[in-house]
Amino acid sequence: MTVHSLIHLVLVLLLPPLLLGVIARTKAVFAGRTGPPLLQPYHDLVKLLRKGMVISSATTAMFLAGPAVTLAATLAASLLVPLGHHAAVISFPGDMILFAYLLALGRFFTASAALDTGSPFEGMGAAREVTFAWLAEPSLFLGFVALARVSGSYSLTGMLADPMAPPLGSLGPMVLVVAGWFIVLLAENCRIPFDDPNTHLELTMIHEVMVLDHSGPALGAILYGAAVKLFVFAGLVLGVALPFTADAWTDWLLFVVSVISLAVVVGVVESSMARLRLLHIPKLLVSSSLLTAFAVVFLIDR
Amino acid sequence: MNTTLLLLAVVIAALSGVPSLWPSRRGEAAQSIATAMLLLATALGAAAAIAVLGGGAGRSLHLPLNPLLPELTFGLDALSAVFLLPACLLCACAAVFDLGYWRANAGEGRRVRIFLGLLTASLMSVLAARDGVAFLIAWEAAALSAFFLITTEHRQREVRTAGWIYLAATHAGTLLLLAFFGYWAATSGGFAMTPLAPAAAGGAAGSVLFVLALAAFGLKAGIVPLHFWLPGAHANAPSHVSALLSGVLIKMGVYGVLRAAWMLPGPPVWWGVVVLAIGATSAVVGVAFAIGQHDLKRLLAYHSIENIGIIFLGTGLALLGRATGHAELLALGLGGALLHVWNHGLFKGLLFLAAGATTHACGTREIDRLGGVARTMPQTAACFLVGAVAICGLPPLNGFVSELLTYLGMFRALSDAPTIAGAAMVAIPALALVGAMALLCFVKVFGVVYLGVPRSAAATAEREAPLARRAPMLALAVACLGIGLLPMLALPALQPVIADWVPAGTNPPDLGALVPCSAISVLGLAMLAAGAILWSSLRSRCDRRQRAVGTWDCGYGRPTVAMQYTATSFAQQFVDHSRFLLLPVAHRPATDALFPGPARFDSHVPDLVLDRMLLPTLRGIAVSCNWLRALQRGKVQVYLLYVFLTLLCLLLFA
Repeated sequence: MTVHSLIHLVLVLLLPPLLLGVIARTKAVFAGRTGPPLLQPYHDLVKLLRKGMVISSATTAMFLAGPAVTLAATLAASLLVPLGHHAAVISFPGDMILFAYLLALGRFFTASAALDTGSPFEGMGAAREVTFAWLAEPSLFLGFVALARVSGSYSLTGMLADPMAPPLGSLGPMVLVVAGWFIVLLAENCRIPFDDPNTHLELTMIHEVMVLDHSGPALGAILYGAAVKLFVFAGLVLGVALPFTADAWTDWLLFVVSVISLAVVVGVVESSMARLRLLHIPKLLVSSSLLTAFAVVFLIDR
Repeated sequence: MNTTLLLLAVVIAALSGVPSLWPSRRGEAAQSIATAMLLLATALGAAAAIAVLGGGAGRSLHLPLNPLLPELTFGLDALSAVFLLPACLLCACAAVFDLGYWRANAGEGRRVRIFLGLLTASLMSVLAARDGVAFLIAWEAAALSAFFLITTEHRQREVRTAGWIYLAATHAGTLLLLAFFGYWAATSGGFAMTPLAPAAAGGAAGSVLFVLALAAFGLKAGIVPLHFWLPGAHANAPSHVSALLSGVLIKMGVYGVLRAAWMLPGPPVWWGVVVLAIGATSAVVGVAFAIGQHDLKRLLAYHSIENIGIIFLGTGLALLGRATGHAELLALGLGGALLHVWNHGLFKGLLFLAAGATTHACGTREIDRLGGVARTMPQTAACFLVGAVAICGLPPLNGFVSELLTYLGMFRALSDAPTIAGAAMVAIPALALVGAMALLCFVKVFGVVYLGVPRSAAATAEREAPLARRAPMLALAVACLGIGLLPMLALPALQPVIADWVPAGTNPPDLGALVPCSAISVLGLAMLAAGAILWSSLRSRCDRRQRAVGTWDCGYGRPTVAMQYTATSFAQQFVDHSRFLLLPVAHRPATDALFPGPARFDSHVPDLVLDRMLLPTLRGIAVSCNWLRALQRGKVQVYLLYVFLTLLCLLLFA
């Protein structure tokens, strides 16, 4: 294991909650408030880990398997994404497919755990989650197609961590991929305009309503898993968007700075936009697929 | 040697139902004998398959039938052996499951026993047949035994209808097969199923043969739009028969397509593109209709159409690889298709058996009436969960491995010629779409049927399924996990088939080197371990403070079990988005008064081909042919006159 793999692991395990703190602080600044400290999410996680759990008598073993499997799958997926143009910890041909399907595994278990409670609200959230994910999936894969076409590689590391790719000629398609994937990032991580993580009305929730019944350490595992997922998606988008430098250490620095800036951008989007009506969400997701589809079309004759 | 072993298995399987013919009051002994004989036969068949895949040869055997007909030829090669292995496993599972079925439905026991044996025997013979005549005899025997198995519960009108539609469809397929073998004999000069010379196969004759084979076998495989018989037949057969239909019988269609493609070397590029397009369409349409279903087994049947589509995606890639001489594309496509044949057999067999155990315990197939089954049937629920995760293609189970092979093939095709790259650019997002839709569907089924609280006292399972039903499910679940976690054990078995498909003299690419087996294995095991550790540590945290509380009701103090999200409401958003394809039919009660009375709401998604196109057309034809009834006089003498006149005309104008 090289020192870069070690840095990768440390960043994946420690940095994600900070992104939530940065987003919350950005939103507070826009609203003219002071906002919680940047490290508040870490405190929240520790607090949740120390609490007890209330578990509905309607549930089965699936209820706790939801957070457990989702966190395990997300962490496994995080090993596959190259961060800051450094090779991922594990890399092999076809790892982008494993990445997408690991996240899908998490979705399966989160939604099933929601249905396990028998609550109509949680069922509603689960239905929305899997329905919207259905619309977002082609966008992710069309992005992979575009990157495979540009780099000639079949692994995430080859697509995102090779200083030869992407060549300047494919700048246009890459901008489209970044735009499409940024929308997927917002949708998959339940940010505004798809979902409001701070909403208080169950009827309008997507992700939050699925985890209404989880408490204590289980809720902590869910929140932490969600933060890791946001971080991993940020790594994916930045892999396409970030310019290279000559120096490996500068690349790490650049990566950490830009992940935090991406969190600021998410915060800005959240502060400056209203949440979309549920009926309009599919349209935005289809546009994201179309953006990446156009990226693929521009690469046809290469 | 191996072929003899297989034919011995065929004889034992065919005779397994014979003891049931002796009248006995209870039939206990006959049932045990039948199961034992079927287990023996499938073990022999599996041994033959493993021997051939391990490098053994299956010598051709020639059986003279009678002096007038050509002799029947049987043999066993790698392609047959790959299909034989899951067929044996599933037939054995069905035989054991039948022990449980028979105890509950004693009246139909004899029928099922006899035709289960015959179906097993004829499926084995289809795979062993090496000439057109033997193939057609075995094919028809399999089709007819399947018909009698589908119509086991023939006292219900719905079952009879499904049976007749199946019979009509399978005979339409046989007619096309007759045309195929007739034309084959005219082209190749005999009925023997051996590869044609590439020069002869490449021309128009080869393409006609391929299209005939695609239509004939596609009808059996259930590709869209030839799938119309499939949902009804799968839904109305006893569950272990559905498992066989979905896991083995429709795979015979895939086998036929692959066999025909093997017989016609040097394919043009368009064959591959057509098969790829059929695969993508079947996969998307199949899963979209599955989401709209309310009947548990009908839903699983539509997923068979989806998975046949995924298998066809791999087959199309293999044909493209063969057409362009791109050996890696061929290896990945063929490997993906064949491994998905195995995997689909395993997880769909598992799902049908689990669904059968569930519907039998609860007395209904309606998803919206079931609920909370996991409380009383935890093992059945766990088995269904394994099948559901596998069918969505999720790691660390077997469905992921075969889909990964197909994906890898498609990504490799991206750097090929523009036609092939373009096809891959459409097929990759299509497969991704199908995966996400399958996930939607199985979260719905698993969540609504097994999780939550029972929706009614009537549809509540009282106890776990008996051992005879659980044992086959557990065996299949273990196989699903095994291939998912240790794919390096399964892939070498497919290598001999790939060696058969590459042009003679060239080295076939090693599938194990193209697929990152060890990485999948390590990550899968690590994730499983991490998930288990996290789960048990969460579990240990809750035991100490466990209190009996209900689900958080969001402030509404009087929730009822009827307020749980149903399958209909779960799928409603998707069905609304896909209205243009699914054309759902809903009867909504009018709410016109301030205090409306009791009302009924129901909705269903009829089949696009059968209910919207085929039945109306056929009804129209039947009505417009009413005038022909004038000829139908009901007197034998008149009919003899017709025969005489027809013969006269034929002899005069011949």
